[in-house]
Amino acid sequence: MQRYSFLSLAKNALNGHRDWKPAWRSRELKNRYEVLVVGGGGHGLATAYYLAKNHGITDVAVLEKSWLGSGNVGRNTVTVRSNYLRDESLPFFTRSVELFDGLSKELNINLMHSKRTMIDVVQTYGKLRELRRRQLVMDIYDSSYEQISVDELRRRVPPLTGGGPKSRLPILAAFVHKDAAVNRHDAVAWGYARAADDLGVEIHENTRVENLKRDSSGKICAVETSRGTVGARKVAIAVSGHTTTLTETAGLKMPLRTINLSAFVSEPVKPLVDVVVNCPDIGVYFSQSDKGEFVIGGATDLGQSFRRDIKQSVFEDTVCSLLELFPSFKKLKLLRQWGGHVDIAHDGSPLITKTAIPGLYVTAGWWGGYKAIPAGGEGFAHLVAKDQPNSLISPFGISRFRNLEFVFETGTTAVR
Amino acid sequence: MLLIRCPFCGSRNESEFMYGGPAAVRRPSNAAEVSSREWVEYLAVPSNPLGPALERWWHARGCGSWVTIERNTATHEITESSDGD
Repeated sequence: MQRYSFLSLAKNALNGHRDWKPAWRSRELKNRYEVLVVGGGGHGLATAYYLAKNHGITDVAVLEKSWLGSGNVGRNTVTVRSNYLRDESLPFFTRSVELFDGLSKELNINLMHSKRTMIDVVQTYGKLRELRRRQLVMDIYDSSYEQISVDELRRRVPPLTGGGPKSRLPILAAFVHKDAAVNRHDAVAWGYARAADDLGVEIHENTRVENLKRDSSGKICAVETSRGTVGARKVAIAVSGHTTTLTETAGLKMPLRTINLSAFVSEPVKPLVDVVVNCPDIGVYFSQSDKGEFVIGGATDLGQSFRRDIKQSVFEDTVCSLLELFPSFKKLKLLRQWGGHVDIAHDGSPLITKTAIPGLYVTAGWWGGYKAIPAGGEGFAHLVAKDQPNSLISPFGISRFRNLEFVFETGTTAVR
Repeated sequence: MLLIRCPFCGSRNESEFMYGGPAAVRRPSNAAEVSSREWVEYLAVPSNPLGPALERWWHARGCGSWVTIERNTATHEITESSDGD
């Protein structure tokens, strides 16, 4: 692997930038692999990387239907945090934040990782009680969460001028989560791809998986792709949104619904807000990117959807909510909008699991799965390699539905 | 934005409606004989089609009617609507 450093940058600059090598290689698709990872998004690429790095399994191919980073890894709002509620979720997300903090160095790529602090703005007493409860649980797991006064909140977030005592929903308090961060999503996909490629993993773009094939004993044996059939001993699925579409080709139903989550971004302006601001009671959150754009996320569409766009009604609701608290944002022009399809389980928690089909593994149900890429990939790789989950992902198996051991998680932004 | 046909009010904006989940999900009637596997499927495993889906919508900010529509989850095209259940 060509290392990135100040020296290599200087050397290549003097050389007219003619000697940069591609970050990952394009190779011939073989007939058979030990492990096939379906989906070249954040979770798929991270899984391939940790399979090679932690378990020495390098006969791995990542099959991506489009270009790397075209799915949800390029469609999120890059918020990394661990302010969750459940005993099952907190250690997992704390681990993910910890891995993200060291990831630029580990992958030798600048993720532009920026510890930002997240502030949750509270406007109802129900939310206040819930966040106090979260704070107590988070204390146990060393995840930082601290209540601040409304005056302190307004000092730290200067454009927050709405939500006064006479407004519809007056601001009651705020909670500060110091571990939160934002970074660059493309670099996460490229960094994992480059590091996995360096360890011997093959990455195949424009290779759409259409069908899963089972042998006579019922075990998974191959996948049919747009470039022909590829055999494998194990198949690991990381295709947010289309999980059920794919597993149903092998006759497997999953407890997942696909819904559209949208976001949009403003024109770049001067630095104004240096934290991630989340307003769960009105359903909007944002952060200001390094370029100065406000990256704004809201609620989901109603009903199931695979469309990956933004609906006018959702867009209007989100903007109205935002302007209620931040009236000066009225002057901002919005530049781009997009949607991503996520699949959500009945209890709002992810599924990282073996399935009823031997050799078939699924990671899905990611709701705000960007922050979970490192720990999710690490856990999923462990599951695929050893056929047993590690302790962090063991609560997220599919058996929790059979045994009614749901992990109802209110720490996702969408549950209100 | 979806335009949903309400049998009482005519075609109305989606923002007047609440989503009521997939239609035609039948609760097992022979409760005593149903296995826990079937109960879990009924409770937690929804149909998730890429294409036409039958679903219920409630005209909550309108006349209060319930309507059933067939909507394509990939295109949002509404191909059929009725007020039956």
